[in-house]
Amino acid sequence: MKNKGELTLNSSMISKEDIRNSFILKMREKLKTYKLHPFSFIFFLLVTLAVIATVAVFFMVVGYVLVNGVPYLSPKLFELKYTSENVSMLPSIITTVSMVLISLAISAPIGVFCAIYLVEYSGTGNKIVKLIRVTTETLAGIPSIVYGLFGMLFFVTALKWGFSILAGSFTLAIMILPLIIRSTEESLKSVDQSYKEGSFGLGAGKLRTIFKIVLPSSINGILAGIILSIGRIIGETAALIYTAGTVAQIPENLLQSGRTLSIHMYNLSGEGLHMHQASATGVVLLLTVFVLNALASFIAKKLEER
Amino acid sequence: MKKQYLEKGMEILFLINACVSVLAVLLICVFIFINGVPAISEIGFLNFALGEKWKPMDTPSSYGILPMIIGSIYVTAGAIIIGVPIGVLTAIFMSHFCPKNLYKIIKPIINLLAGIPSIVYGFFGMIVIVPFIRTYIGGNGNSILSASILLGMMILPTIVGLSETSLKAVPEHYYTGALALGATHERAITTVILPAAKSGVLASVILGTGRAIGETMAVIMVAGNQARVPNDILSGVRTLTANIVTEMGYAEGLHYDALIATGVVLFVFILMLNVTLTIVTNKKRG
Repeated sequence: MKNKGELTLNSSMISKEDIRNSFILKMREKLKTYKLHPFSFIFFLLVTLAVIATVAVFFMVVGYVLVNGVPYLSPKLFELKYTSENVSMLPSIITTVSMVLISLAISAPIGVFCAIYLVEYSGTGNKIVKLIRVTTETLAGIPSIVYGLFGMLFFVTALKWGFSILAGSFTLAIMILPLIIRSTEESLKSVDQSYKEGSFGLGAGKLRTIFKIVLPSSINGILAGIILSIGRIIGETAALIYTAGTVAQIPENLLQSGRTLSIHMYNLSGEGLHMHQASATGVVLLLTVFVLNALASFIAKKLEER
Repeated sequence: MKKQYLEKGMEILFLINACVSVLAVLLICVFIFINGVPAISEIGFLNFALGEKWKPMDTPSSYGILPMIIGSIYVTAGAIIIGVPIGVLTAIFMSHFCPKNLYKIIKPIINLLAGIPSIVYGFFGMIVIVPFIRTYIGGNGNSILSASILLGMMILPTIVGLSETSLKAVPEHYYTGALALGATHERAITTVILPAAKSGVLASVILGTGRAIGETMAVIMVAGNQARVPNDILSGVRTLTANIVTEMGYAEGLHYDALIATGVVLFVFILMLNVTLTIVTNKKRG
């Protein structure tokens, strides 16, 4: 730490030339060690190649979809009514938004309350807490197709909701529950103990402390988790095909079938006739997910700054 | 007095909400198993799990899911062979080689990689990877190889994220100690840091395996979906997940139940992975 301070103090005296020279010296030193230890050099190369590959994967996938999709983003794709000619994605967008809203309305309160119980009300050795932790982890590991099967057996068949927005939303609500619980738990834990003690010291009860002190100061982390789960919902396909169905029109009520944007893209690419339109749908999907991710990390960063 | 009731009432409300996840897991298990297990016993466990013929439309029909089990295993193994080395090495770069400025660029990219919907990956695989393999390597492109490459790409962010966290959690003095003994930066990482972060890296691999075995849409779009035991890595293959989605739309009667039973097998695979994961992570804590 001390060294760092000295460096910044003197930095005004060091010219650009010096920095370049010291950089060259450093590289030379590095090369020398690499000459002596060829294994180290190979490892360094491998590591660098790996990270280049990872970054390349991103740019290939995103770049390919963007290049192929953006030129085909026409107003025709955003007409209110879907026909097999215009393959409009607007109905799917509306369906997606409504499913996001319903799933969150179910899952967010449950998830947040569950996290409150886990963090504020339970000792660490508690058996119920252990059980809840294990089941949450299990939920997080279940693949989306199993959720889809369950949704089909339970909501669609046993509860007789049919292929519907409601069945799809409930399936998704269970799927995002672990995500919301985990992120809320993390941000509740990060609340300073002294805040709570201060609140207790002023005579507030536990409930008041939670709602007036703990929740407001951890709202950013909770929001970030919710936004990430929106991304998960928007990208989901396998859990929805046999719960929400694949009807391309705007559903009139909650018990009608409707397809989300992802399913729309899957159907378009499966038919093989509308590849460019599928790419364009992919562009919309990617942009939405990226904006959501940026929003989540922005909010999380704000939390860190505080 | 009223306040006390409220406090107690809310605590119970919180507890009820907390139990929803337990209830959800119970419901999922019960519904999948109750609907799937009778089909397995009707077909016969051995005929089902080890039967090589999946011919639901024939008379008499046969429901052997061995080709799909093998398919899932091949594809997942391929994804691990491709994804794990690249992922772990990338994690090492992120934790011990990356300059701060570069980190600020690469880290968000990896986060975005995790956020790309699987349908977009599948679309990319269908339009880029499949034709590439068809032209340059052979076969018709829809193959184990394509699916493995695509899944390898998809599990990268899972592996990088978790491995990086566990590599960073290794105490600093392990590293400085190794340097003091004369090790180079790279040697210190491979011989000291990596072994110390072993269980975290292993956990990331298990999670990646779970993601690969459970992936559905992307695999359907590149794997070819033929329900037979594959000959080589260029032949088409159908996974357990693909089996469910491709046929569920028109299945009836025993066929329908057999598909749910396929879900049971998949679910059991995932539960086994989960148990392994718990054992690995508990070892770390203990």
